Amino acid sequence: MADDSYKGYRGEALGVLKNFNALVWSDVEIKTDTGNFKGIILPRSETSDNFHVVIKLRSGYNVGIAAKRIKDIQIEGRKEAHYKIPEKEFPFDPKKPNVKLLGTGGTIASRLDYRTGAVIPAFTPGELYGSVPELADICNLDTEKLYGVFSENMGPEQWRGTAEAIGREIEKGIQGIVVGHGTDTMHHTAAALSFMVQNSPVPIVMVGSQRSSDRPSSDAALNLMHSVKTAAESDIAEVMVCMFGPTSDEYGLLHQGTRVRKMHSSYRSTFRTIGDFPIATVSREKITPLRDDYRKRRNDKNVIINTEFEDKVSIVYYYPNMRPDIVDSLTDNGYRGIIIAGTGLGHVNKPLYPALKRASEKGIAIYMTVQTLWGYVQMYVYDTGRDIMELGVVPAANMLPEVAYIKLGWALGQTDDLNEVKRIMLTSIANEITEREPSNGYLILQGGLPEVEEFISKYRK
Amino acid sequence: MIDFVFKPFEEMTTEDYRKVGFKSGLEIHQQLHTEKKLFCRCPAGRYSKNYNAEILRHMRPTLSELGEYDGTALMEFKTKKEIIYQIHRDTVCTYEMDDTPPFEINDDALDKGIAIGMLMNCVIIDELHIARKQYLDGSIPTGFQRTAIFGVDGWIPYKDRKINIIQISIEEDSCREVSDIGHTRVYNTDRLGMPLIETVTAPEMLTPVEVMEVGEILSAVVRSTGLVRTGAGAAREDVNVSVTGGTRIEIKGVPSLGRIPKLTYHEAMRQWNLLRLREELKRRGITPETFKSKVDNVTKLLKKTKYQPIVNALSNGNLVNCVTLKGFKDLLRWQTQTDTYFSKEISDRVRVVACLNTLPNIIHSDSAGETLAASEWQTLKKHVGAKDKDTIVLVWGDERDAKTGAGEIEIRAKEATIGIPSETRQALKDGTTGFERILPGPDRMYPDTDLPPKKITLERIEELRKILPEPIWEREKWYRELQIPEDTIRPLAISKFANLFKKLVSELKINSVLAAVALIQYPKRLAKKKFDISNLTEEKILEIFELYAKGKTSREGILLLMEETAKSGMINKDKIQPMLKEKDLNKILEEAAYETEHIKINNPEKKNVIILGKAMNKIRGRIDGSKVSKQIIKN
Repeated sequence: MADDSYKGYRGEALGVLKNFNALVWSDVEIKTDTGNFKGIILPRSETSDNFHVVIKLRSGYNVGIAAKRIKDIQIEGRKEAHYKIPEKEFPFDPKKPNVKLLGTGGTIASRLDYRTGAVIPAFTPGELYGSVPELADICNLDTEKLYGVFSENMGPEQWRGTAEAIGREIEKGIQGIVVGHGTDTMHHTAAALSFMVQNSPVPIVMVGSQRSSDRPSSDAALNLMHSVKTAAESDIAEVMVCMFGPTSDEYGLLHQGTRVRKMHSSYRSTFRTIGDFPIATVSREKITPLRDDYRKRRNDKNVIINTEFEDKVSIVYYYPNMRPDIVDSLTDNGYRGIIIAGTGLGHVNKPLYPALKRASEKGIAIYMTVQTLWGYVQMYVYDTGRDIMELGVVPAANMLPEVAYIKLGWALGQTDDLNEVKRIMLTSIANEITEREPSNGYLILQGGLPEVEEFISKYRK
Repeated sequence: MIDFVFKPFEEMTTEDYRKVGFKSGLEIHQQLHTEKKLFCRCPAGRYSKNYNAEILRHMRPTLSELGEYDGTALMEFKTKKEIIYQIHRDTVCTYEMDDTPPFEINDDALDKGIAIGMLMNCVIIDELHIARKQYLDGSIPTGFQRTAIFGVDGWIPYKDRKINIIQISIEEDSCREVSDIGHTRVYNTDRLGMPLIETVTAPEMLTPVEVMEVGEILSAVVRSTGLVRTGAGAAREDVNVSVTGGTRIEIKGVPSLGRIPKLTYHEAMRQWNLLRLREELKRRGITPETFKSKVDNVTKLLKKTKYQPIVNALSNGNLVNCVTLKGFKDLLRWQTQTDTYFSKEISDRVRVVACLNTLPNIIHSDSAGETLAASEWQTLKKHVGAKDKDTIVLVWGDERDAKTGAGEIEIRAKEATIGIPSETRQALKDGTTGFERILPGPDRMYPDTDLPPKKITLERIEELRKILPEPIWEREKWYRELQIPEDTIRPLAISKFANLFKKLVSELKINSVLAAVALIQYPKRLAKKKFDISNLTEEKILEIFELYAKGKTSREGILLLMEETAKSGMINKDKIQPMLKEKDLNKILEEAAYETEHIKINNPEKKNVIILGKAMNKIRGRIDGSKVSKQIIKN
């Protein structure tokens, strides 16, 4: 365990700093065989090497100095960073709706972590008001930090905890809920909340940011405003994801929690509704529904919180030449449910058949989804599909693979009866299965085509 | 000491600048010549006004690494601009749009930067840390520039002293502004992300001319390497100026070195006069503690005015705010620069911060006659309770802008009691400077968490040392010893032919003045004749000089062969005629003399010139012209 006075330094660099008693945050002049440097010794990222000392020069720039060149360190003072967003009490206006922001992590509000050199989340109503004062024009905001994890570390325990927290807030009469979340698995959590929190009387809006809030161009502030506005004012009582529509700072989209997916590793407009179109657009001025078949806001508190979840479920993403041992290992390790993301209309190769048959016979619930993401499973068109169904694999219509994974875990949490599981799986709860795919749903524009270029030149995408 | 009053530019002496404590330093931005951009793989150096798409962004201030907000950031946030980026698909990828994290730094650019840093005697640092330098004006879509210091503590020689280089950094270039009207600012992104280096000198230049001359040396050093881009916009200077008791003020984006003397003179004058203004305010008992001002909405009182700008404003439903500055009478007419007054400081702020950029954007009672009727000023003063020794200032706009504008008037007036606000200033065409934005400090630096530190190895530095040219000051010293004409020294020192020159003089033993003139002046002459001088490669010129050295062509023949080569891209051996023997020369001269006999010559003294002309047509390139003249005179 490294001494915190020399935060992050190890080996040669640590030796030199200790030698001169130069703690992190010391204001120093470092003499080396090539030149002198004046500045503040910064902590070192633990993933960096052992051979350099980092200082912040007077100009604000950081440089690394090879420890072995250091001849002397004169300590002139100390200046420790106190990274703190100016905290101001969030104003209360009895005429405005009350909104609760539940934090789970992510970069919607964040600060620098010297240990890793990466950003870590920071989050209180006061801090949020200090950095996005516009929120006070929309509602009375209260926050509760449930977790402080990156979204890849979210799992059944956190889904349950979040659903229960939502239930408590609705019980207390809140008018809207916002859930701050890292974006990577936001759509998994959105699906989980769609099943665990049913019949909500108020909007439940998930939000995050693709550019962390320590950057001037961050999408965090606008996403927060959009989500808080939706929670406070919209009549859409659904679990939704609220993120940028275009990459421009123009409007956000409200996606159904079971139909949304992160589609780009870094774009602001990464979230897209798949197999359908979004519920609404939201700007700072207004919420514009794109459809009218959503559940409407109510005045009651009749929410159903059901958080039972079986976590021995897996997704098998099929690829050509997949060997049966992949399926066998799930069977042998006691898995109770498998979602296959099959090719085309829902297919896998023949060598997998015996393994799937064995799994099915052992009582594992197996469902087929499509890795094309868009479109329905249709296993009657080709013989392959019929054969696979014979093995006990159930087609899951147009449920997205990740959503089917969450739903199967939740369904197996409800019952051990596979027929009941099947009934639950194939009965749509929150539009995870839709009866029809709208003709204007599938739109993946192909860049380079003249008509698309014309579109791009006309609209800020 | 504050008694000193600035004289006209031409009359200022070195001693005058010493009296006011003039100090100036340079920050030179120079694009590197690389194929690709710095943090993505887009092509560098493709400029176009065309674009295929636009995106819209806003910028918000964030905290610095040490947990503080930067002043500029807050000012830019007050302006609430919508930033529009024009995007061309060939020059911009998702990185510049801030929709993809950075790729690793372009090593070619880093090598070139380090080489230049070494030439300026900088200590190359061991480990490169990429920082984010915030720019909330939107000139970079991320809201920050990725930048890293790779060298510190360098120097270049100037006169009989050294000018210290504080640091040299590598960074990505920003957007070019297309327009900035009201709350909308538009940027072209073609230049965005191109690698450039920024060289910062210590504030060691003591007169405006010194600043320019040091700028010229720095520019020559980088151009001598052949590693940088040249042409419009490839190099841009920021100039820091301060006077005793003043503030370090940065004049941004000076487009040419020749404009530096006037600009730095005016900036020093402005600071000096603002210090004198502070004295005057103090004399009147106005200090930061006693400063008083107030804002009134006077829209109703001006309903019937005939002053056109306010008539227009009111017809657009705008409102008029009146700021009373207690005890400020006549001070808005206090001179700051040539034909420029304190009111301009206020108007500039209102323009930039409140986005009121239709001028005039303020009027005031110190220049009452030119605007409202005297009776209107009276009514206003009475209404807001202004006394005789007060000044009132009007600003108009929509509710938000008029409010911001009035606030800025109060802020700027109060700052006059404190001194000279830290800010960056624009270089204006008339040689004066105008407010651009609050000067950003070290608080706007933030480590780039997207990229790890990068070690600069000793091996890398040693490899680069091998390709370094000798510093231009050494070249120039040698050229002076060789008595090269003064106007050819600097161009030769930075020329791509500097190494060739050395070879011609040291190995081929060519006369150094001839070689210098042939390498620098001949191509210029040929370019004027619209020949393609890119055909004149180092190899071709060397070949021509080898012919000369072997006695196969004359001095004149060098120009002739260079011209032929520029024309055709090849050395035309047919054009090389053997050198003339003296008896052949005589024969040609005799023929020329004979032909001349039949021409009526008004001025007999010109006869020899005419003979020479006729003869030279036949013998050009085959013998030195000087020998011909001698022979004519002999004949």
